Amino acid sequence: MHELSIAISMIDQILEESETRGGLDVEVVHLKLGTFSGVDKDALLFSYELACEGTRLKGSRLEIESIPLIIYCGACQKNRTPPSMYQLSCPECGTPGQTIVSGREIEVASLEVAA
Amino acid sequence: MSTRMVEVRAKVMKQNDLLARALRERFRGEGTCVVGLVSSPGSGKTAFLEKLLSGLARDARVAALVGDLATENDAARLQRATPNVRQITTGTICHLDAQMVEKALESWRLDRIDFLFIENVGNLVCPSSYDLGEELRFVLLSATEGEDKPLKYPTIFNSSDVAIITKMDLADAAEFDLPAARRNIESVRPGMKVFEVSAKTGQGMPAVFDFLHAQLASSRQIRVAAAL
Repeated sequence: MHELSIAISMIDQILEESETRGGLDVEVVHLKLGTFSGVDKDALLFSYELACEGTRLKGSRLEIESIPLIIYCGACQKNRTPPSMYQLSCPECGTPGQTIVSGREIEVASLEVAA
Repeated sequence: MSTRMVEVRAKVMKQNDLLARALRERFRGEGTCVVGLVSSPGSGKTAFLEKLLSGLARDARVAALVGDLATENDAARLQRATPNVRQITTGTICHLDAQMVEKALESWRLDRIDFLFIENVGNLVCPSSYDLGEELRFVLLSATEGEDKPLKYPTIFNSSDVAIITKMDLADAAEFDLPAARRNIESVRPGMKVFEVSAKTGQGMPAVFDFLHAQLASSRQIRVAAAL
């Protein structure tokens, strides 16, 4: 389980962001998490709460938006949703998809802060 | 109490990714071909690496960093092939990150190393999120583990460049379905290069050596071309 490491990196980043903006009271953190990122959503939620202890983010809430896996089909020249995470091919024409368009992100999108 | 939204759009892995990128540039600049090895525990990473080091050491300069939770057994084992082996003990951490790699490289003259291997902690989940600056990532799958591993761990297979099927000498005894394994690899990582090896008998190893030598030659050609 590497979600705790990820949660700590994330918190460091948010604290840095807060610092550069003169100190924010963060209430909600919005995270985009790709379904193909290798990071488990529930484990991350659990780790986040633990890792917030003793920081100014204590009491804040993590909201995770799951980003689906999308590949590019060279034959159709279109972005496609593959049939599953373990079958990276075009659902229309069956061509294997070597390019991942989205689904790998672990990205802090925005923060809800006390005004 | 009212709230306001602050746009951030920050990649959580940014720090690791930046460091990995810097490492990759450094490796390229020094002409070192760096290969990461990932697999589940007990799939034969160390045995494979032992064969790689001793085989390549015949006409190249080799080195290895080996990640492990606690023991230093692997490094001791590999030092029979080359003295250039360092252990990274991660404690309770289940993966290597770019910072650990950078630190472990301290005082090594990369310009005197042709091939550097980085053996990750045995784990098919966590290492997939951490770029270590390697040029190529090999994912190992042993014949005794079963052919459906790629389907169970698609992210690590997809984030790797080459699949190595190990313990091929045991394939028959384990009733390993090789065509199914190849199909599964192709399904999660279309076009992936696959080697079948046995570190014990040496079967398939020369093909891996040739592949790595070709890789080194082509990356050095690019470097020379860039310098001109």
